[in-house]
Amino acid sequence: MRRRIPEWFVLLMPAFIVIAAVVLIPLIFSLYSSFTPYKLTRPSTLWTWIGERNYERILTDWKFWAAFGRTILFLTIALNLELIFGLGIALMVNKVTWGQRTLRTVLMFPMMFSPILVGFQFKFIFNDNVGLVNNVLQSLGSDAALPWLVDGKLAMFSILFAEIWMSTSVFAILILAGLFAMPRDPLEAAKVDGCTPWQSFRHITLPFLMPFIYIAMTIRSLDVARAYDIVQIMTGGGPARRTELLWTLMSRTGYVDAKMGLANAMGYVSILLSIAFTIYFFRKLSAARAELGMGA
Amino acid sequence: MTEVTLSNVIKRYGEHQAVHGIDLEIRDGEFVVLVGPSGCGKSTTLRMIAGLEDISGGEVSIGGRVVNDLPPRERNISMVFQNYALYPHMCVRENLGFSLHIAKRPESEITSAVNEAAAILGLEELMDRKPAALSGGQRQRVAMGRAIVRHPDVFLFDEPLSNLDAKLRTQMRVEIKKLHQKVGNTIIYVTHDQVEAMTLADRIVLMRDGHIVQVGTPLELFNAPVNTFVATFIGSPPMNLLDGVVTENRTVRLIDGQELPIPSSPRESVQPGQKVKYGFRADNLSPVGHGVSDEGETADIALRIDLSEPLGTETLLFATLASTEIQCKMLNPRPVTSGETMTCRLALEKAHIFDAQTTQVIRSN
Ligand SMILES: Nc1ncnc2c1ncn2[C@@H]1O[C@H](COP(=O)(O)OP(=O)(O)O)[C@@H](O)[C@H]1O
Ligand SMILES: [Mg+2]
Repeated sequence: MRRRIPEWFVLLMPAFIVIAAVVLIPLIFSLYSSFTPYKLTRPSTLWTWIGERNYERILTDWKFWAAFGRTILFLTIALNLELIFGLGIALMVNKVTWGQRTLRTVLMFPMMFSPILVGFQFKFIFNDNVGLVNNVLQSLGSDAALPWLVDGKLAMFSILFAEIWMSTSVFAILILAGLFAMPRDPLEAAKVDGCTPWQSFRHITLPFLMPFIYIAMTIRSLDVARAYDIVQIMTGGGPARRTELLWTLMSRTGYVDAKMGLANAMGYVSILLSIAFTIYFFRKLSAARAELGMGA
Repeated sequence: MTEVTLSNVIKRYGEHQAVHGIDLEIRDGEFVVLVGPSGCGKSTTLRMIAGLEDISGGEVSIGGRVVNDLPPRERNISMVFQNYALYPHMCVRENLGFSLHIAKRPESEITSAVNEAAAILGLEELMDRKPAALSGGQRQRVAMGRAIVRHPDVFLFDEPLSNLDAKLRTQMRVEIKKLHQKVGNTIIYVTHDQVEAMTLADRIVLMRDGHIVQVGTPLELFNAPVNTFVATFIGSPPMNLLDGVVTENRTVRLIDGQELPIPSSPRESVQPGQKVKYGFRADNLSPVGHGVSDEGETADIALRIDLSEPLGTETLLFATLASTEIQCKMLNPRPVTSGETMTCRLALEKAHIFDAQTTQVIRSN
């Protein structure tokens, strides 16, 4: 008698097949290729096994470490500023009693734009010849045309500005959700217990918002760690690699220099970064939830 | 000295007026209960005293100081909320000490105040737990502890027991009363439960629709209600009320033609033909020989008993009189069968006559 395939297995097959096709196979393929000198222009190189030589090269490459460090710096600044602005916006919107729905929708606008378009937009705004910013500065009497996208520091600032403009609303919306969910009683108790508005915020509201803040942090850290589109459009990682982040470096290595094996190896190293941030923020999230007695 | 005085206090929410000009003087150390049906403006009044709600009109003063424009932290009050309102991220110890930390008191003073409050309320075992790990009764104790550590001038309670089960409620009621005897502060306590009001209050303020209906000691409200609302709200079971008309010979003719004599106090104040409600409590009508004594004026009524509820020392009897369901009480009860007819005696001096139109009580003047 033929062994029958169990029903649950048959039912799960489609899911397995889809996951294998879109996740598992590319993952295995890219992992494998990171151990080869695979060049897009010479497909046969895919079959040469070179062990961990790609990884050795990356770990001793100062350009990689510069991009790595710059990404962490970029992420730290972006997340902190987005948190501060997002918190401020959420607190203000929460106070507004009239037209709040509309305001909430308007708040989401930046998130609705394609990052590529945001990149183009700010590339124009910060252009040193015809850009809006320099125009305004000049009409205010400054005669220097600031090289917003050319000078290393200014370019980093411009990119950060675009990134923050686009994504602060992630923080704002999540924190606003937290404020809506916040019970009113403890705040009133705090008022009666003698708190000034600032003390109420510091001792009651903020601890309650921490889980929401960490969720936003997790989402955004994953987002920013793979920042690519805005940077690529605004500066292309240049000039002279002064705004190179991990993903622009990877794409340059993989598609410009055609060294796909090396680029994939970089990808695997930088994923560690994302994993580290995710674990860190999830720990913080669990701790903040436990603090509120919400269980881990 | 911390009297609390409300004069013509008004609260408006937009068009809607929730509190209509309340006047009230609360003496130092007095335990005052605001009671009334849900939505009558008790919480709003209390929250205006606390400073959590703006005052739309009139004046609130605490200890002789007008506090209308002072934020809650400058009123030296503490409040216990219906939902406890504990700080979820702080353990019991931190919850208790929070207000003192905010006031920047020295650490040693905070520790001793917190320990003292914990001892009064039996919280010593729970000091390091978070509110989520406490039962309802324990949370309520913490909320009360948080209120007493500050030694405020006035305690405000907003339905603090309504989330507890019946047994715990009775127990906490006793504790609140003990607490008042121990600390002796002025207490303003809001509840919709007349039993809580009767058992706790030095004075009850009965409210309806944003107005004060009657202010008095529990016994004053029980024995001398100013209108049918007070008569039916205070006391359990509620006062029996029978519709009737005053006759020429100073009796009340009920709708089935039966006549009941009018008690002596309002006898001269009613007009023949006046529509009235005849009111008496279950305690003042009982089968002959089972409660109401023969002293004073009485009237006998034959009642057919629909139902009886033996409660041990007394039995509650349900009967129909003039198409109205009434209740009476039988002391030293004997078994009663449904459908049995009994002669019941009414203590006339405890009966009340209310004007049917205005619902106000009619008394001699
Ligand atoms: N924030 C508010 N906005 C509008 N109306 C309110 C508000 N709070 C209470 N009310 C109204 O005021 C009245 C009194 O409410 P409240 O004082 O809470 O009653 P309760 O006696 O049950 O405590 C109610 O009719 C209620 O609907
Ligand atoms: Mg209420």
